[in-house]
Amino acid sequence: MPESRAKRVLELRFPARAAELKEVREAVREAVEGCGCSPKSSGDIVLATDEACQNIIRHAYGGESDQLIEFEIEHRGDTLVFSLVDHAPAIDPSQVQPRDLDDIRPGGLGTHFIRRVMDEVEFLQPPSGRGNLLRMVRRID
Amino acid sequence: MEHTVREEQGNLVVRFEGDVDLEHSPKAREVLLECVRGGQDVLVDLSAVSYIDSSGVASLVEAFQASKQKGTRFALVAVNAAALRVLELARLDKVFTIHESLAEGIRGGA
Repeated sequence: MPESRAKRVLELRFPARAAELKEVREAVREAVEGCGCSPKSSGDIVLATDEACQNIIRHAYGGESDQLIEFEIEHRGDTLVFSLVDHAPAIDPSQVQPRDLDDIRPGGLGTHFIRRVMDEVEFLQPPSGRGNLLRMVRRID
Repeated sequence: MEHTVREEQGNLVVRFEGDVDLEHSPKAREVLLECVRGGQDVLVDLSAVSYIDSSGVASLVEAFQASKQKGTRFALVAVNAAALRVLELARLDKVFTIHESLAEGIRGGA
């Protein structure tokens, strides 16, 4: 499927609150399985996207907030493109790094999960010029 | 998320059911640390956990480390495939003691 024929398979806007995430996970699972992802892959993708939402809640907004997370998934050929936009102050992407797993301690695993599951992860300038846009790509398997 | 705590042959068995996620992991953490602080060996039954994220895993790691300080046993039992996959992604499947079943976990401490 050429990029011009990318199909949006999910579009969500929700407040940056932990209680919203279960419903988001269910919607993501249904959408990616509908694009042909195996149950194992969809489980991994649900985890990675959930962790990305959590990073926005905890780090970008600094805690639960009524401000919005805008989340969409596009199906482009044999890949899925995940875009998450927040309206928090711009973050420094160099501060969003996975930690060394040999250091066994609570916390800091979310970014590791995202990097393990996704084929591409990048922070971009959102079209509005404000906030943060996290773009993640995962091949369908 | 629901949880139960019961005693079986000297072990405290903590069973979680449902999603151990950002919303519910503070409760999971509190329950696990309270059990460990009591000084008994703790077995965590993950057979009915439908989803666990980094915050849930962090609760397990914190309780595991608290048990090491106490010198008590802390093991996971009956970990279902979804939870095991998350532990594998975190490379914690080789760090935690994992028993296939509760019975094996109880025997493991004998």
